[in-house]
Amino acid sequence: MNKAELMEVYYLMQLARTFETRVAEQYTRGKMGGFCHLYTGEEAVAVGAMWHLRDDDYVIGSYRDHAYYLLRGGDPGKAMAELFGHKEGCCKGKGGSMHLFDWDINFLGGYAIVAGMCPLAVGAAKSIQYRGEDRVVVCFFGDGATNQGVYHEALNMGSLYELPIVWVCENNHYAIGTSVPRSSARESLARKARSYEMPTYVVDGMDFFKMQSVAERAIADARAGKGPSFIEAQCYRYRGHSMSDPATYRSEEEVEYWKKRDPIPRIKAAIKHDFEVEEEEFEEVDARVRRELDEAIEFASEGSELPVERLYEDLYVE
Amino acid sequence: MPTISYREALNQALFEEMHRDEGVIVLGEDVAEYGGSFKVTRGLLDEFGEDRVIDTPISEAAIVGMATGAAMCGLRPVPELMTVNFAYLALDQICNHLALMRYMFGGQVTLPVTIRMPGGGGHQLASQHSHSLEVFFVHTPGLIVLYPSSPADAKALLKAAIRDDNPVIFLEHEGLYNAEGEVPEGTEPAEIGRAGILRQGKDVTLVAYGGMTNVALEAADTLAEEGCEAEVVDLRTLRPWDKETVVESVARTHRVVTVEECPPVCGIGAELSANIYELAFDELDAPVERVSGADCHLPYAKELEQACIPHAPDVVEAALRTLGV
Ligand SMILES: Cc1ncc(C[n+]2csc(CCOP(=O)(O)OP(=O)(O)O)c2C)c(N)n1
Ligand SMILES: [Mg+2]
Repeated sequence: MNKAELMEVYYLMQLARTFETRVAEQYTRGKMGGFCHLYTGEEAVAVGAMWHLRDDDYVIGSYRDHAYYLLRGGDPGKAMAELFGHKEGCCKGKGGSMHLFDWDINFLGGYAIVAGMCPLAVGAAKSIQYRGEDRVVVCFFGDGATNQGVYHEALNMGSLYELPIVWVCENNHYAIGTSVPRSSARESLARKARSYEMPTYVVDGMDFFKMQSVAERAIADARAGKGPSFIEAQCYRYRGHSMSDPATYRSEEEVEYWKKRDPIPRIKAAIKHDFEVEEEEFEEVDARVRRELDEAIEFASEGSELPVERLYEDLYVE
Repeated sequence: MPTISYREALNQALFEEMHRDEGVIVLGEDVAEYGGSFKVTRGLLDEFGEDRVIDTPISEAAIVGMATGAAMCGLRPVPELMTVNFAYLALDQICNHLALMRYMFGGQVTLPVTIRMPGGGGHQLASQHSHSLEVFFVHTPGLIVLYPSSPADAKALLKAAIRDDNPVIFLEHEGLYNAEGEVPEGTEPAEIGRAGILRQGKDVTLVAYGGMTNVALEAADTLAEEGCEAEVVDLRTLRPWDKETVVESVARTHRVVTVEECPPVCGIGAELSANIYELAFDELDAPVERVSGADCHLPYAKELEQACIPHAPDVVEAALRTLGV
């Protein structure tokens, strides 16, 4: 990868990270409500998994969805407005933090029923196969989702019909307060998936390079009609499960261990290692991210909720 | 009498019933180490150990199925589903198994399962976390459906649910967990199927349950200021519901408003009014008025969401309509 590409990776990681920092700020100020799950710490997973996607590929995922939306090229202002519950948001304020969605960028949504999106990914992939297209579906879900019945039904069908899906399991080691060994009979989620006869990968999800290289293969296979692949991305969320979880079930040592693997300093160090880069160039990117998010917050703040008269809109096709 | 919260009342009921009967086990997502996502099961693990307080994977269908199987073979499980919306994933086990097995097997099995689940809107949790699903369960023969509105009822009804030999759907309202109220020491199990009259009045009957009970009480206060004495009936049990108490109240007031948080179509209000027309048509001086949640999914946006949930002024207006005011 050349320097410009790597600086773009750095930008995307910072955008995903800083968006969450600003959301937390706004949440604490009461600008939004409900459940709000931040992606902080897991950026390399989504940036890496999506790096080789084309604009016409589909992405679908869980409620921890801000990063997916932004990395697909979504407008941070429309995302922030959605979190504010304003009609200027990508779902008119009806979805909120857990339910971003945008056809324009082929982001098929964030879903708050654990594993609920997995069969939807199967269907989206079926539509691709049916039309003979060479697009792919990337489906993001957590370690906890691998214990749902419908998850197994979906993996089985994806393999059975040889559909163009890349399953990306964000193994951040916890489902709320329950760790993987306390909830999954098989601790290796990749091995658990392997019984569905597809290539499975275990990858350091805190490392952009490893993540993108595995994803590149999986995406190429799906595009070439070779069926689905499964990627277990080992990662960590730096914050609680949601804004209301103090995360007291994790030891300080454990959090420290993962903070040492922070994907953002790592990508920065890698760029510096390979290229002549001045610190100012990173600062310029940081400033650009700050500016874009200031604008996003301003845009969101200027908006307002849908008027109550429009409550029943969108229930049916008129 | 000690004043405690709805959450603490439920917690006490679990403690007491687990002490009383070794067959009682608790299972669900994050119920043990984490103490429950709404902290209702806090402290149970330390007291009763992991044999009886079981953290499960995120597997709602299997949680309910496991509870049913254990009940069939002699235990008295109290599974928790983290939010009522997740009961959709378990509906097959609830409706296709738990609710009908005793009947289908000619009375040979007894299934004392109490499925606890919090629900209700008002917290901007958006459409996938805010449904009021009581009607699904009320529609299902073989289930008992309870929905307490106060700490005292929460404790007495949960104890009754656990001791009952039938499958019980036990609904808890997320907006009530912090609500405080007096709860007597040595609470005895409540009588299932018995409504309560929370306020007496002669002009109009407000029939509510769960989170809507406070809305009805607030409406009754406002109505009183306008010289209208409303009687407030809290159903407590949604199946089998207390026809006698409702009909007697209607016979006194001749006017009824039903208040439910769920959407209106085939709702609790529809069931109540059909019965009131059948059983007390001659007593009515005005058509039954139904106040319900909006006939759509709860949106995330704050004001919009609030517009979907009944509030006291909606009930006051409906009551005044029955009075022709
Ligand atoms: C069907 C269902 N059950 C339970 C929940 C409550 N819940 C929300 S997130 C979550 C944990 C999910 O963990 P994981 O899949 O590992 O994803 P993570 O949050 O770690 O990204 C649970 C239990 C839910 N949203 N949906
Ligand atoms: Mg997880």
